[in-house]
Amino acid sequence: MSVHLLVDFGSTYTKLTAVDIDEEIIIGTSKAMTTVKTDVLDGFNVALSKLENAHPQMGEISAVSACSSAAGGLKMAAIGLVEELTAEAAKRACLGAGALVNHVYAHHLSKKEIKALKQADIDIILLAGGTDGGNKECIIHNATKLKEANLDVPIIVAGNKDAADDIETIFETGQVEYYIVDNVMPKLKVLNVHAAKDVIRQIFITKIIEAKGIKKAEEKTGEIIMPTPESVLYAAELLAKGHEEVEGYGELMIIDVGGATTDVHTIGDGYPKRAEVVLKGLQEPFAKRTVEGDLGMRYSANALVSLMSPYEFKQYYKDVNEDDIQASVKKRYEHVDYLPENEEEEAFDEALARICCDYSMSRHVGTVEVVYTPLGNMYYQTGKDLTEIKYVIGTGGVLINHKDPKRILKEVNQKSDKRLELRPTDPIFLIDKDYILAAMGLLGQKHPKLALKLMKRHLT
Amino acid sequence: MKTVVIGVIGADVHAVGNKIIDHVLTEHGFNVVNIGVLSSQEDFINAAIETNAEAILVSSLYGHGEMDCRFMKENCVEAGLSHVKLYVGGNIVVGKQDFQDVEARFKKMGFDRVYPPGINIEDAVADLKEDLNIE
Repeated sequence: MSVHLLVDFGSTYTKLTAVDIDEEIIIGTSKAMTTVKTDVLDGFNVALSKLENAHPQMGEISAVSACSSAAGGLKMAAIGLVEELTAEAAKRACLGAGALVNHVYAHHLSKKEIKALKQADIDIILLAGGTDGGNKECIIHNATKLKEANLDVPIIVAGNKDAADDIETIFETGQVEYYIVDNVMPKLKVLNVHAAKDVIRQIFITKIIEAKGIKKAEEKTGEIIMPTPESVLYAAELLAKGHEEVEGYGELMIIDVGGATTDVHTIGDGYPKRAEVVLKGLQEPFAKRTVEGDLGMRYSANALVSLMSPYEFKQYYKDVNEDDIQASVKKRYEHVDYLPENEEEEAFDEALARICCDYSMSRHVGTVEVVYTPLGNMYYQTGKDLTEIKYVIGTGGVLINHKDPKRILKEVNQKSDKRLELRPTDPIFLIDKDYILAAMGLLGQKHPKLALKLMKRHLT
Repeated sequence: MKTVVIGVIGADVHAVGNKIIDHVLTEHGFNVVNIGVLSSQEDFINAAIETNAEAILVSSLYGHGEMDCRFMKENCVEAGLSHVKLYVGGNIVVGKQDFQDVEARFKKMGFDRVYPPGINIEDAVADLKEDLNIE
């Protein structure tokens, strides 16, 4: 028996999944509180002994892979030239690498913005600007300002290649840890995130893990190979594309409703489905991830309800007493491990989850806009057309533990009051009930076919 | 290599002339950034900023060009592109109008070169080379 142990150091829980490689089965899963503040291995060991006690016949562990989103995950700042172009391309590279991006700046960095960067809690900066052969004045200006700021943060330069030598000279004279990679937007509207993503992962593995006190785990787990969200995105890609003779599911979406954020991953081109639709804006990544920091069940519950009036909230939970909304929300963000203890509270959680699904979908999918031309109506499409997406997979505590999660997931579908949003029309809903997606992304690095088979078996 | 941004402005879907301009300018050694049909002023301007273009060539064939091009120069100046040459050509006004008037109006709007329908593209290329100091 050859056992591969997959570990996800999450912000709240350290989750373990044991896979029998020969028998091609998941032996079991377990979890324990993540213990970053003391010794991250404490939590790991508790989870491991739980797993071993539950499955005493489990053989020797022959391999371990781990991912992490503990201690706040990976936080990045993205800097570009035009907001809708290189700044957006930089942001997408960060998101695709599994980062949370709370700081995005366009054009010349001002003193105020540099100050904000200094005060911000960020792990890596991605600096872009200009197509190859295009504008280099702006990125050189920003590189100079970043050097002068003496930030103790690695900087990835992924902008106009014509500026690379100048930027190298600037950074070499300062104490800047920098990496120069391919441009995230080499030509107008062409997105190229692979090189940037690779180096983000490298920095994450070598530096960030250590800074966050998770490095110690590597004594037991081997190298922590990626941030958890990147692992989920990889799993999604594998499940969509298939591997060798094992067929994939085709275009699909994963929606992860968590305590702090709602993450949406889609795999698919999302090109216009009709001839009279013209695609506008920056190219979309084939594997696209968006993260909504104001949509979450616990840490972000307050931010979530502040997005809407009590009347709007009632559209998701009609029996709610408007005066109780604030109190219910407070209970959740002040006690992030809160679990509903009666039907009203369950219904309230369901409402929050519905809002997370609905709002995150509005922000993730593309939109159309009518243009009246002398030749008839034409349409602009910005973003991805996901109307024909086949599968929507739900994960995250609230969906996994709900008695009828598909009822919540229906919120992602096309809506009569959101006609211009290119939402799924009639997808098949699946639930990640055993919480294995991140683990399968890890397993897929070495055993893609097995990870694919297990996902097809366990997502129902 | 000098970079120029070309495209068709407004709710205009005439793509053939746009492809011809792209082809000819590329042949003449320009780095052509073609943003295609149905493009807004903002699309032209954003493209010119990122690519460090030295000229923006606006096409319009459906008669609404005068509306679509209003304040384009001002918007370029606002975006830091006051040095970028602005060209416009095609059926840029409603109906048949005296071209001298049309040219004067568009020049007043801040366009450097204005072309009537049926212009020989080689002439426009010669102008462009002159304006961008290309031998």
